Amino acid sequence: MNKMVSNKATRRRYLGERIFKGATIFALTIAAAFLVFFFYNMITQGVSALSQAEILVDIHYNETSAKSYKKAVDKPYRKIVSRGWMRTLPLYMEDHPELMGTNAQEWVTATADVDQYLKGKPNRLKEKHKKKIDALEKEGKVKLAFNTNFFTRGDSKMPELAGIKSAVVGSILVLLVTLAVALPIGVMTAVYLEEFAPDNRLTQLIEININNLAAIPSILFGLLGLAVFINFFGVPRSSALVGGLTLALMTLPVVIITTRAALRAVPSSIREAAYGLGASRWQAVFHHVLPLAMPGILTGTIIGLAQAMGETAPLLVIGMMAYIPDTPTSITEVATVLPAQIFTWAGESIRAYEERTAAAILVLVTILLSMNAFAIWLRKRFETRW
Amino acid sequence: MQQHTMKRYDEELDALKEHILAMGSLVERAIANAVKSMLEQDEELAKKTIKRDRAINALEVQCDEMTRSILVRRQPAAGDLRFIMGIIKLVTDLERMGDLSIGICKGTLYSLEKPPRVFSNLDIMSEKVIRQVRRALDAFSRGDTQLAMTVIEKDDGVDVLYKRMYREMLTYMMEDPHAISSSIILSNVAKNLERISDHATNVAEMVIYMEQGHDIRHVDHEAAAKILAGEDLD
Amino acid sequence: MSTSKISINQLKLWYGESEALHGINLEIAEKKITSFIGPSGCGKSTLLRCLNRMNDHISSCRIEGTVLIDNNDIYDPSVDVVQLRSHVGMVFQKPNPFPKSIYENIAYAPRIHGIASKGPDMDNLVEAVLRKASLWNEVKDKLHQPGTALSGGQQQRLCIARTIAVKPEIILMDEPCSALDPIASAKIEELMDELKQEYTIIIVTHSMQQAARVSDNTAFFYMGDLIEFGDTSDIFTKPQQQQTEDYITGRFG
Repeated sequence: MNKMVSNKATRRRYLGERIFKGATIFALTIAAAFLVFFFYNMITQGVSALSQAEILVDIHYNETSAKSYKKAVDKPYRKIVSRGWMRTLPLYMEDHPELMGTNAQEWVTATADVDQYLKGKPNRLKEKHKKKIDALEKEGKVKLAFNTNFFTRGDSKMPELAGIKSAVVGSILVLLVTLAVALPIGVMTAVYLEEFAPDNRLTQLIEININNLAAIPSILFGLLGLAVFINFFGVPRSSALVGGLTLALMTLPVVIITTRAALRAVPSSIREAAYGLGASRWQAVFHHVLPLAMPGILTGTIIGLAQAMGETAPLLVIGMMAYIPDTPTSITEVATVLPAQIFTWAGESIRAYEERTAAAILVLVTILLSMNAFAIWLRKRFETRW
Repeated sequence: MQQHTMKRYDEELDALKEHILAMGSLVERAIANAVKSMLEQDEELAKKTIKRDRAINALEVQCDEMTRSILVRRQPAAGDLRFIMGIIKLVTDLERMGDLSIGICKGTLYSLEKPPRVFSNLDIMSEKVIRQVRRALDAFSRGDTQLAMTVIEKDDGVDVLYKRMYREMLTYMMEDPHAISSSIILSNVAKNLERISDHATNVAEMVIYMEQGHDIRHVDHEAAAKILAGEDLD
Repeated sequence: MSTSKISINQLKLWYGESEALHGINLEIAEKKITSFIGPSGCGKSTLLRCLNRMNDHISSCRIEGTVLIDNNDIYDPSVDVVQLRSHVGMVFQKPNPFPKSIYENIAYAPRIHGIASKGPDMDNLVEAVLRKASLWNEVKDKLHQPGTALSGGQQQRLCIARTIAVKPEIILMDEPCSALDPIASAKIEELMDELKQEYTIIIVTHSMQQAARVSDNTAFFYMGDLIEFGDTSDIFTKPQQQQTEDYITGRFG
């Protein structure tokens, strides 16, 4: 009998392998399905927020409209043109006095209800206005145009004018503060613990606590931020500064842990080489070990920042989850962040916010994915083989 | 001494030693037979002994082969290196002893026409020489430096015997011109025996080198004894 | 025998509670190659690392006894480790060039020690050192390529070059050829032979043949003791101690 022909035992082994492989593929499929469903849902809901209804109207720049902005457009249009836009007219005319007494025909932003009606979604538009829109549509005086407001304006109580700009700028400022605080402190801590600290009970205690810090619920960091930064140091409430500092507290353990891992990944032969040539400890670390660990450190930091960027709970406590329509210009001004904006919009009753919520989520996810992609690129680009 | 980590190495060294001892016993017998053929004027034994030298030569070649292989494959060091170095030298000495016995056998064959009337001290001398060879081989076999030293010391006795015999032969030749050829032959035989004893001394010196790493060639044996005792030479 | 460069007296070393060296006494001759041989864990690398205080980086390590280099105790509190290591260079088991250019690998140490700064001074130094390490012809056209792109043997010679750039007097080599093929090893050995005109070299090696080939003196260690020390050809033909004999003839374990 041929010894190399498979027998019962090996066949049973193969069956086991096949079952296990099947189970893993099944798990992967479920995970992928959730992801696909999430993206499909967000994209289908969010894409419509990228367009906004506009109406071609005649605008009268004259004394009456300067006083009462509603007069600037003809009566039938007054309920279907965005009130928020109309409010800006007097100021606009003040800036451009040469327009006085002229008429112009322009595409202007329609109300959210018109927008929803055109997109075939539920709305509170009155029957006569629907007819007017239908009529205008036949004349080609109504269109869905690219929603620039969404990217160039802050939050607004009028959904057609609501945008994510202030939230994005707020997020960037918060992240800059987080980076500026967490990176140097985290890296220095890690360098000390990994390269200089003696191995004793105290350093072991510190190590354990740092590792535990990474597992603490993020809202507690918010409470800490509130107690320490706002109440004790008097940092302005709701500002990007306090948000960044709070998130830095949260990111710190991540930075420390990844930096230590990156430092440990640098082979000891490099340290020995440096010591062997008469480099001091400091020189060995800063001339050789740290530069080699840098790609790993940056990758970890970016992932930590991405985590911080998606964080909402601690910001709730320090007052960044509020209606903040203005774009902050410095880190001490009140600011909100993207996830907070999403949270606020998700709680709005007006239907037009729904698609904006989805669109903001898409923007947030895109930013996070690009940050992760950048981290991967950084690692691939600078990783050294030895 | 401990075994080598590589058992095959031990086996190779043992096999080499056995070959050398086999060669030694062949040489010993060749010397004895050669002398016997002379003393008894035995033509057949002389021829047979000459023929048997081929076996000695073949063993020499084999031993060389084995030492070469050990050198290349094992890179011997310290004691093993000295052992191999000793073997390389020792093998030539043994082979030379074989050749010298052939010389004696050839002397037998030449002397058949006019056999010598007296053999003088040849029997005593040959006994002494064979004892020297046996001692040298024993010293090698057991790694006995004491015995090797004895061989070196006793070589002088053989030299004395040879000189006495040489002088005796000269007187025979002067007394009786008919005895010239046989006396020359006998004196050559004695010369060969004396040289065999020298080779035995070489073997004994190599044994001391192998065992203790001291090279005592070309120093007189009193100095050699000093070296072995670990004293410095002045 | 020429004058002694390093003199080790009653050197004992502990890792935590376990004693790794039991009182070593050894005189190492100037401008000679001395090899340390012995089975793994015999303390030869540990002793080597005592000579440039590389063991300082192990916190549990404790030392007793003296190591004199040119009659100065290197464990004296007044000795600066950084200065010591510029006098006693070290080459490691695995070639470990910095992941920088060949030029930078050489230039690093002279720069931190202030031997040469940028510009033609440094260029000349780099060339001279690479020539001394017989590497110049192989790398002169790619000085600014990474040192890690060289072959193993070239990397090791680069490491030697890097070491001599600081103008040391003593070079310690910790199994410098164990990661190299025989031809690359032979080049290192040839280089060592040239370098011994200027430097005192100590090499730890597992290859007894290598110790026999390159060194003038050989020290055999076993279980933290110096068993035998002497002229290399003596050690390899007629060692005085049975343990040495057993080790170099392959009768161990």
